Amino acid sequence: MRTATAPFTLRRARTLDAALKILHEEPGTVPLAGCTDVYVALEFGGTPGSRYLDLTRLSALKRITTSGEKLVIGALATYTELQKSRFVRARLPMLVEAARLVGGVQIQNMGTVGGNLANGSPAGDTLPVFAVADADVVLAGPDGERRVPFNAFYTGYRKSVRRPDELIVAVEVPPVIGKQWFRKVGTRAAQAISKVVFAGVRGLETRLALGSVAPTVVRLPNTEMVLNGGGSIDEALRALADEIQPIDDLRSTAAYRRGVAANLVRQFWSATA
Amino acid sequence: MKFTLNGAPRELDAHPLKRLLDVLREDCGLTGTKEGCGEGECGACTVLVDGEPVVSCLMPCAQAEGCDVITIEGLAGNHPLQRAMMREVGAQCGICTPGVILAARGLVEAARRPTLERVREALAGNLCRCTGYEAIHRAVLSAHAELHGPSAKSAAPVPAEEAGA
Repeated sequence: MRTATAPFTLRRARTLDAALKILHEEPGTVPLAGCTDVYVALEFGGTPGSRYLDLTRLSALKRITTSGEKLVIGALATYTELQKSRFVRARLPMLVEAARLVGGVQIQNMGTVGGNLANGSPAGDTLPVFAVADADVVLAGPDGERRVPFNAFYTGYRKSVRRPDELIVAVEVPPVIGKQWFRKVGTRAAQAISKVVFAGVRGLETRLALGSVAPTVVRLPNTEMVLNGGGSIDEALRALADEIQPIDDLRSTAAYRRGVAANLVRQFWSATA
Repeated sequence: MKFTLNGAPRELDAHPLKRLLDVLREDCGLTGTKEGCGEGECGACTVLVDGEPVVSCLMPCAQAEGCDVITIEGLAGNHPLQRAMMREVGAQCGICTPGVILAARGLVEAARRPTLERVREALAGNLCRCTGYEAIHRAVLSAHAELHGPSAKSAAPVPAEEAGA
């Protein structure tokens, strides 16, 4: 690793309260779960922090369960656990598909939902799913828990409303009515970070979300409005062009992303007809 | 830290943020685990932690505390998949081979015969720049046949088991 970790410290919390206390009392502490983002940063010479807090012993946060109508996914649930959970398979098959396409099996065994949210990459594979599912992010902090609508969670590129002394503890997903559809476009099927990632729901109300076409994952309210108002897919795609801001970067170009984003919305629309 | 390494209890003194990869190679002297990319893309450093394949280049060793860790040395050169890799010439330069074998071990040992699709999926995180993968896939299927007989019932295309979660 290019970054020497020897001067850094690692603490391991056994309870959520202990973890929250450490985060509150030692500002700058970086929470660790699957390490699939933090250790890549360290490999490349980055220094996400000098104090780390391992969360993997908080086994209660691994749980995937239901509460009334809601699907409750613990922040430490891995991509493998998402694929295996009967609740996720029954209620949110588009999340199973997203989890299947994150990295290879090894990364799926390590990476967590909470990490995908906290890392906040606009290319995060599960994020469009939570956007169209109108999920809530459950945050725990020194003053207790609060819920933030997923679609209000990010405030900018890799920025969220999570305070440094809060932890993402779960994602709550209300029932999703309609056909679910997910598609990731990357350089290859496994192991590649998305060039464009899409999730859509088609029911009484159509909902669309795209990743990697703006500083954060985005819902597409104008495109949705056209489709929900009975407009044609061509009219919807004109609306889409005005509500995404893709960029050129090392993985792709803005022009390619615009083309793929439109193709994905069109493909979703015909596949779920 | 204390953990079980290839079936034997092991205790050593390492910085908790040191990569499991480095602890295995430097502190334990087990150099069968290879470093490829160092960023979780290539799978060369795959080991089993509590039976599941992980990339040891992205795991702080503290997370392996109390766990059962298996490296390629733990298969003692005599696993049916190791023999099949020799038979089918599933290795050339050999850097990816330990990781490939550990990533595919679960499929070989499971009673149901994996489809080619399942083999590809299980090995999607292991890059090989020599073989073109086909010989590796043949070796996995061949090892399964050796272990369970060629007529083992075929597996569902995707794992259908339930998580304990």
